[in-house]
Amino acid sequence: MEALLYLGCTVPIRNLNYEVSARLAAKALGITFRDLEEFGCCGFPLKSLNVEDTLVTAARNLALAEREDLDICALCNACAGTLNEVAHQVRTRPEIREKINQRLRPIGLHVEGKVKVRNFMRLLWEEIGVEGIRKAVTRPLEGVMLAPHYGCHYLKPSELNVGFDSPDTPRTLSEMISATGAEVVNYPSLLDCCGGGLLGMSEEVANAMAARKLADVSKTGAHALVLVCPFCNVMYEGQQKKIAKATGLDLKTPVVYYPQVLGLALGMTSEQLGFKLNRIKPTSLLKMVEG
Amino acid sequence: MEQYNTMAKINLNKLDLEFKNRVAEQPGGEGLKACFSCKACTAVCPIQPLDKRYDPRKIIRMVLLGMKEQVLRSDFIWLCSSCYSCQEICPQNVRFTEVMYAIKNLAAQEACIPPGLTAQRSLLRKHGRLYEVGEFENEKRLKFGLPPIVEHPEDFEKLLPDQPVSARLINTADV
Repeated sequence: MEALLYLGCTVPIRNLNYEVSARLAAKALGITFRDLEEFGCCGFPLKSLNVEDTLVTAARNLALAEREDLDICALCNACAGTLNEVAHQVRTRPEIREKINQRLRPIGLHVEGKVKVRNFMRLLWEEIGVEGIRKAVTRPLEGVMLAPHYGCHYLKPSELNVGFDSPDTPRTLSEMISATGAEVVNYPSLLDCCGGGLLGMSEEVANAMAARKLADVSKTGAHALVLVCPFCNVMYEGQQKKIAKATGLDLKTPVVYYPQVLGLALGMTSEQLGFKLNRIKPTSLLKMVEG
Repeated sequence: MEQYNTMAKINLNKLDLEFKNRVAEQPGGEGLKACFSCKACTAVCPIQPLDKRYDPRKIIRMVLLGMKEQVLRSDFIWLCSSCYSCQEICPQNVRFTEVMYAIKNLAAQEACIPPGLTAQRSLLRKHGRLYEVGEFENEKRLKFGLPPIVEHPEDFEKLLPDQPVSARLINTADV
């Protein structure tokens, strides 16, 4: 299958390990990603200031994708959520579609709501499936213990994820981790918000939100926390040292992106998968897999 | 910015009875008046236990009462993490995460905007992205075999007004 790879602002600048591993894993599983140079911001950062600005900024990307007649696959949860939400509005609310198109006209674009927007995990779940992943695995991650973190915009608002996953009892990421041969580690704060959305407003509150999950996961003995969103990554990886200092907790929880562990199970090397960019090295995990 | 003092008496003459209507007219604000104060939103909010000033149920009451200045000029309205927990649990379909966007949009119209957000918006308008992409970034990408990122800023000046404030917005309820 073919899809347009939507990178957003953060991943292609700050999370090359996510991008490079997602591209490699997709290719190995028979997904063809096409790049669209004209893609810009998804519009999420504008929503607090002006919801309508978010609608047109997101719709610009949707209109560009429609011109290519291809669906969108986004790596970042916030991008996927915003584009999906706006695509839904364009499809179901003619008066909003009209207003958006008025504002798109000066840049020569028009949106109808024809493209489907999915995050990378939903694309894997629906196009490859757990069985498909399991069959493609050439190096099962036996003995590796991984803790999933979905992220809020992966699951919510649930009205946009009907038929995919449940906000209260999510299972898709966990099952796709299982498919790599690794053991899924459960922990109490699975559904916690990372706090990334308010890091710019109150670092103290944001850190306190992320701290509980990091404490829980470090107690489980998991080899890594697995996530799929660059904002969650800012909190759990980028802020981890500061959180450890503020709370006095002894934290050294490696944080990895799902396609990185998937790639390992598909036989790729840690070097190919950009593991050298992971700031808290998953040393024991890589030792178990690569020796 | 003023802090909302929970112990202060409310001066009825200073209430703005139109405030709730203005919030409800914003995109996402429509569900506001359906609230019956059950407090489920506050119970699931991850911010509220960490900063008592951010209390979804209380914010709704303040809006319904007309405490416009205390809401729009506060800094606590910017603490929502947009996790959608309140929206998922609400039995009245108030859609509080969206109501918060409506409130923040109104605050922005009154020019009560945290400086970080204005800076982000200017960057976005100038580059079409949150981060400026230069040679350094693309050289790093090349090392990983990734294609270069090319900025296409030309659309964004036409697409976004130069100020974050705009006139009456469209209604985005009932998605």
